[in-house]
Amino acid sequence: FAGLSDVSISEDIPVEGEITVPVGSQSPDEDYSTLDEPVRDTIMRDLKAVGKKFVHVMYPKKSSALLRDWDLWGPLVLCVSLALMLQGGSADSKDDGGPQFAEVFVIIWFGAVVITLNSKLLGGTISFFQSLCVLGYCVLPLTVAMLVCRLVLLAGSGTVSFVVRLIVVIAMFGWSTLASTAFLADSQPPNRKALVVYPIFLFYFVISWMILTFTPQ
Amino acid sequence: QGGGSAVIDMENMDDTSGSSFEDMGEMHQRMKEEEEEEEADGEAGAAEEEDGEFLGMKGLRGQLGRQVADQMWQVGKRQASKAFSLYANIDILRPYFDVEPVQVRTRLLESMIPVKMINFPQKIAGELYGPLMLVFTLVAILLHGMKTSDTIIREGTLMGTAIGTCFGYWLGVSSFIYFLAYLCNAQITMVQMLSLLGYGLFGHCITLFVTYNIHFHSLFYIFWLGVGGLSTLRMVAVLVSRTVGHTQRLIMCGTLAALHMLFLLYLHFAYHKVVEGILDTLEGPNMQPFQRVARDIPVVSNAILNTTAKAVALTL
Repeated sequence: FAGLSDVSISEDIPVEGEITVPVGSQSPDEDYSTLDEPVRDTIMRDLKAVGKKFVHVMYPKKSSALLRDWDLWGPLVLCVSLALMLQGGSADSKDDGGPQFAEVFVIIWFGAVVITLNSKLLGGTISFFQSLCVLGYCVLPLTVAMLVCRLVLLAGSGTVSFVVRLIVVIAMFGWSTLASTAFLADSQPPNRKALVVYPIFLFYFVISWMILTFTPQ
Repeated sequence: QGGGSAVIDMENMDDTSGSSFEDMGEMHQRMKEEEEEEEADGEAGAAEEEDGEFLGMKGLRGQLGRQVADQMWQVGKRQASKAFSLYANIDILRPYFDVEPVQVRTRLLESMIPVKMINFPQKIAGELYGPLMLVFTLVAILLHGMKTSDTIIREGTLMGTAIGTCFGYWLGVSSFIYFLAYLCNAQITMVQMLSLLGYGLFGHCITLFVTYNIHFHSLFYIFWLGVGGLSTLRMVAVLVSRTVGHTQRLIMCGTLAALHMLFLLYLHFAYHKVVEGILDTLEGPNMQPFQRVARDIPVVSNAILNTTAKAVALTL
């Protein structure tokens, strides 16, 4: 045992060596330097992410993919297409075409911001942009409803078409509200879910109302 | 390094020549940058030598002053960042949103029941969730009413008008009544006033929701007096219980009652279609069916112009 306890180093031998820790493989660098890849890869990656989120909205399960990697491309595309389709539905010909687009845009974004602030103030654990992302993506069913309404209105605008449009819009409104509730209500304390769901209900109700009362010229 | 050490060298309590507040800030910044450079490049030796030389130039005399100025700089910076995070934070609104759904429902129902005890100051919950949701609901109902009555808004949009009207009423009348309360020495805070008026809009929401869908004029008047009157009475009773003196009570309650009832009347008549033939006016059914009220003034004036021109042409 005497030999084992002797850990001293004689003083005339200089102590030297490398203190640097060998860095791991270069893969973290590869993930961050997406500057060198072709543009097509970047676009396809973003498009795939957006498409995956659309699928998540249409089949709302409690997955966290929508929440984790938020992006606002999908909401922007949906908002612009909805606003374009809702344009030109007022009684006047020229001057109301402009405000209609801006109106829809402002309603969607302002409403989403208000709901996000409300859910944060009520003690939610979700971040600002995640909430905006979810609310924007859940406008997808209503955009589909708008498309269907436009097609139905091409066929005719009688009572039957109104009933069909009413049913479609109500169904899509319910789907939107349920989808966004499935993602957002989990981040709230359990006894306050109703307080968060009501503004979301009102928000999608206003959008559905705009879609239902749309009449082309 | 002046900022970190707590030891003050008493030998150097002389004048603090060469160190000012701004210089201290600059020095601090430079030292921080030098520290960062140190970590990145690993040139620890060179930086330390520079530091030693730098302090040596200022000398030991102003060291106390330098330390004090450095601490003042840090405290100032901390205070500024604290103030910024305080005012740019939505957490100041958080206590006003701390409610349970049961409480909201209770308060909604209570807003229609006038209190009897006006000699004892009534409690008002300073909560903003219920009033905010009620204002948004009123906006939605107003939008529905405007759409079904084909209101044509010339300058502006439907949504802008609805939001502007409702929020303008809530914030504007609350501020005005709060100002009157300040003049009449009533015991009410701004948040409480906002809360009270917001919950008073519950009656408006119910009335408009019913009467925008069922177009009976006498039904509207019944709802106006009944539902509107109840919510106004509640607000008035709460205010009376918090004001002292007959004149003051009269001023505040008269103003609030007038504004609240008139607002409901305005909302009904400004944004609601008068349907021809379904009117049940007080004059009885012998009156000719009321013509549709044209909102479109230029069209009406054009029509009048055309008819008069035709009449004039016929007579010529």
